[in-house]
Amino acid sequence: MSNNWYMLTLIGEDKPGIVASVSKALFEHGLNLGETSMLRLGGNFTIMMMVSGVHGEADLRDRLKPVIEALGMCLHVDPIQAHLHEHLLPNIQVTVSGADRAGIVAQVTAALAAAGFNILDLESDVAGTQQKPVYIMQIAGVAEVPVEAIERALEPLRLDGVDVNVNAVETYIG
Amino acid sequence: MAILDILTLPDQALKQESAPVTEFDDELRAFIGDLEETRRNGPAAVGIAAPQVGYFRRVVIVDCSTTRKPVPNHGRLVLVNPEITHWEGYEMGREGCLSVPDYTGNVIRATHIHLLAQDPYGHDLEFDMEGYEARAVQHEIDHLDGMLFVDRVVSRRTDLFQRKVYQKGGKG
Repeated sequence: MSNNWYMLTLIGEDKPGIVASVSKALFEHGLNLGETSMLRLGGNFTIMMMVSGVHGEADLRDRLKPVIEALGMCLHVDPIQAHLHEHLLPNIQVTVSGADRAGIVAQVTAALAAAGFNILDLESDVAGTQQKPVYIMQIAGVAEVPVEAIERALEPLRLDGVDVNVNAVETYIG
Repeated sequence: MAILDILTLPDQALKQESAPVTEFDDELRAFIGDLEETRRNGPAAVGIAAPQVGYFRRVVIVDCSTTRKPVPNHGRLVLVNPEITHWEGYEMGREGCLSVPDYTGNVIRATHIHLLAQDPYGHDLEFDMEGYEARAVQHEIDHLDGMLFVDRVVSRRTDLFQRKVYQKGGKG
């Protein structure tokens, strides 16, 4: 019987032991992990993970229900078409920082999308203080166009007072 | 000349420390020829270290002259018994490895190094290196010490708060 892939999304108040409990339950039900992203966002622990197994979607939910309820978390399950060993290498990295205000992410990503930049990974955070919040964002992605074209696409943001750095990513292989 | 088999994770031999080269003979130079052919055969390999092909001697090859955008470099270098005598600065950069297929990660390396080494005939070499080439040599010397870049990978999130802006508002 062939394995199905699911994307599991789990969210709940952060506390020690979440990953241990969830991964133990998955292991005990014969499920395997693929690529995952797990991090704390605003006091919540968030998990997105590729999981494979022979189970159907309803069966998977039933099996995970006890551990999810015990942890007080929310679970979302999506059947997905997925493959491992298909990583794309980023060739451009963009870092953005500036006084926090509405629309920074929308403006930056709209400019990138228009320039043909495909985002592989985006992390953003609000740093600074309550009184002076600072928005910091790092984006890694792939673009066919040269770094200079991305620079030009983001130039209006600079004029708007946002600090934008664009760097070619030259991955060292050795 | 021959293309040698590359050891890949989780082969424990990659964790082994390599011994200094003491005999600068034809056998060593023949091995270096094979190592270079293996590097050229590797997908997009910029550097290679002898222990990656199961030869546990302190020999590495790097060639940073073929990057998409030119970087400061000393061309193709065969470095025997390389030793870094001075480190300065640090920056994050993306690395991958012939011994760890289909995985890349961010690693912090010194931006400037002073390097002593020998050539395949035992003659002394000395270099000041920076940036990408300094990174290459640090990555390869790690192999000689039984260390893989996966032992050094850091989260980009770590960098968010430590990032040093070298050129404000311009090309970094």
